[in-house]
Amino acid sequence: MSEKVLMKGNEAIGEAAVQAGCQCYFGYPITPQNELTAYMSKRMLEEGRVFIQSESEIAAINMCFGAAAVGVRTMTSSSGPGISLKQEGISYIAGAELPVFYANVMRGGPGLGNIAPSQADYFQCTRGGGHGDYRVIVYAPSDVQEQYDYTMLSFDIADKYRMPVMLATDGILGQMMEPLVLHKYKDPGDLPSKESWRLGDPATQEPIWITSVRLGDGELEEHNFKLQKKYEEIAEKEVRFEETALNDADIVIVAYGTSARVAKSVMEMALADGIKVGLLRPITLWPFPEKRIREIAEKVDNILTVEMSLGQMWEDVRLAACGACRVHLHGRTAGGVPEETAIVDQIKTILSSKGDEIIRNF
Amino acid sequence: MVSKIRCAGFGGQGIVLMGKLLAQAGMMQEKHTTFFPQYGAAMRGGTANCSVVVSDDAIASPMVEEPDVILIMNGPSLDKFESTVRAGGWIFYNTSLIDSEVKRGDVKVFKVAANDVAKEAGSTRSANMVMLGAFAEKVGAVSVEALLGSLDVMLKGKGDKIMSVNREAMKRGAALAK
Amino acid sequence: MERIFTMPEAMKPEQTLYCPGCGHGIAHRLVAELVDEFGIRDRTIGIAPVGCSVFADKYWNFDVISAAHGRAPAVATGMKRGRPESFVICYQGDGDLAAIGTAETIHAANRGEHFVTVFVNNAIYGMTGGQMAPTTLVGQKSMTCQLGRDPAIMGYPIRVCELLKDLPGVAFMARGSVDSPKNVLKTKKYLKKAYSNVLEGKGYSFVEIVSPCPTNWGMTPVKALEWLRENMLEHYELGVFRDCDAEA
Repeated sequence: MSEKVLMKGNEAIGEAAVQAGCQCYFGYPITPQNELTAYMSKRMLEEGRVFIQSESEIAAINMCFGAAAVGVRTMTSSSGPGISLKQEGISYIAGAELPVFYANVMRGGPGLGNIAPSQADYFQCTRGGGHGDYRVIVYAPSDVQEQYDYTMLSFDIADKYRMPVMLATDGILGQMMEPLVLHKYKDPGDLPSKESWRLGDPATQEPIWITSVRLGDGELEEHNFKLQKKYEEIAEKEVRFEETALNDADIVIVAYGTSARVAKSVMEMALADGIKVGLLRPITLWPFPEKRIREIAEKVDNILTVEMSLGQMWEDVRLAACGACRVHLHGRTAGGVPEETAIVDQIKTILSSKGDEIIRNF
Repeated sequence: MVSKIRCAGFGGQGIVLMGKLLAQAGMMQEKHTTFFPQYGAAMRGGTANCSVVVSDDAIASPMVEEPDVILIMNGPSLDKFESTVRAGGWIFYNTSLIDSEVKRGDVKVFKVAANDVAKEAGSTRSANMVMLGAFAEKVGAVSVEALLGSLDVMLKGKGDKIMSVNREAMKRGAALAK
Repeated sequence: MERIFTMPEAMKPEQTLYCPGCGHGIAHRLVAELVDEFGIRDRTIGIAPVGCSVFADKYWNFDVISAAHGRAPAVATGMKRGRPESFVICYQGDGDLAAIGTAETIHAANRGEHFVTVFVNNAIYGMTGGQMAPTTLVGQKSMTCQLGRDPAIMGYPIRVCELLKDLPGVAFMARGSVDSPKNVLKTKKYLKKAYSNVLEGKGYSFVEIVSPCPTNWGMTPVKALEWLRENMLEHYELGVFRDCDAEA
């Protein structure tokens, strides 16, 4: 049964989590994700599950650490400043190999910044975020439906690889309402059982120790190489992206989330002027679709990165392109949303420029 | 075909509900639609506003900088948003609460005595419905029928009295624009 | 020959690596003896905090999780709420519980979370080498108050029981010591009450254990016990601070 409703992005994340069997939600208020915490305060209790408005974001992520350790599905959510506070816990969760889902409804930074939509946490999202040698899988939805779908998938992927998985969205996608098909959660059926490692289960024979502490000689290095192997498998299997009109493109835009929505109307506007614009939309920010971008860079002369941050993803695109073509930047920040006309103008400037000049909008 | 609409007024005039009803109606007509509220650090004071996009194609950004239509429920909102409407667009405004005239000459204007008409329909609180009815009849980005249908969804459980007053207000608003 | 004293089943047959005269060994054992006495080893989860007792997993023969510094009450909350049939022991030192984790401690107590907190107070940071703790006494010297704790600059030693006892979520709160066999037995009595409260669903139960740290106090084990009695017990009064049953 699939019902179509008009729903807010933040609430769609919450409902997807409920459907996916999230047993424990822990959160602390912060704009622009408040509707999610509010939604869970009602829905989780209706379902007889756990909701706690914690004393801090730090407490919330550590409650997730505890709930994950006893083998139940758990999540938290926040925006930039709160996600920064959670990094301690996320690092421990990664080290202890526990499945936890969290959403970052990004706002303007640094510092308290503002509450306007932004993609400025890209570096933090894609580099683990906390201390130590670890990775986090990051999904970047671009509409309300994807926020629902990728929340469900995140729980599965977190369980599959026993690691933190993040939904990186923004104030626009969190606050907006859009039609949404509320399809039911479908268990993939092949997820590993938690019975052998979860705490407090009388059925396990030997005492179980869940930890991120590894003080013995070489113990941590060995563990981190094991994690690395897992990350390499993920980079191989879990990369997701969407590509549009790449054949014969005069220029290719790389953009995710809200920026990718804007890029789609740029494509139409530019086509009216006879310019063919292709789009590569990363859906996973880590693992990043670097192979695909490299292939594109071999075929086109110009790539334009469009982002609501000042060149953060641009670095990854340049790394992937590895000098095979020019990589330009259209970045806005702190609530600025890329505008179609400005991007089309920049594309025209790029296409008429020569040599190895890199064109930025700022 | 894309319609970018901004609703604005003061808190308590049902501005957010106007936006949600428009988006719901758009969805019921199988169109792409987005609703985006103004969200700010201050909980009170100033104007309340939201934006809605209704389109036959996928919608890029739900944020509306240059609306095709603004539905204005009070004076400060007219001052704030008059200049934002695209040339050739529409300004609908509530003459029950606004004495001033639209200064621009490059837009179409439709005046709605929303509070007065709503009072005749049963409650001044339904002034927002009068405005929506007039807009739907005049511009047609969503139909009056779809708006009436969206009322059933959005006001589910609010009681027959409230529902019938709102329906009546919306119909009277539509009648103004015929 | 009759065996009259054995390791609890809830302790692994390991020799602890704690310093001579340290109180953690006794506190660990009390925790484990009660786990056996209540017959709850298969559903008990202990928290190994940051500090000397980060190695508790090597000694306790039940499930253990290592929490981040100060976050044990939040981790305990997540475990207990996620698996209500589990029995959670939140074991923490003074820096962990009363400095970096003060917020988590107060709010877990205030929510009346259903786990046991064992608070080992030795008035110093042990593992990092003897820095000032929130419970370091006025005038007491440490690596980071080498001239002695001066309250005008460093504030006063926190009495945690006195601070928390009036929160409505607290079912039981007591302070014991491990300086003498008599006080060890009394501390065990307090812990037993805390365990039974939690098992009966009565709410947050908290036992502070005043404990010696000869190494970082720079004393022999015997001298440390004397110092504890003469100085710590002066400031940290032993006894029951809250007992929901007595009130009822």
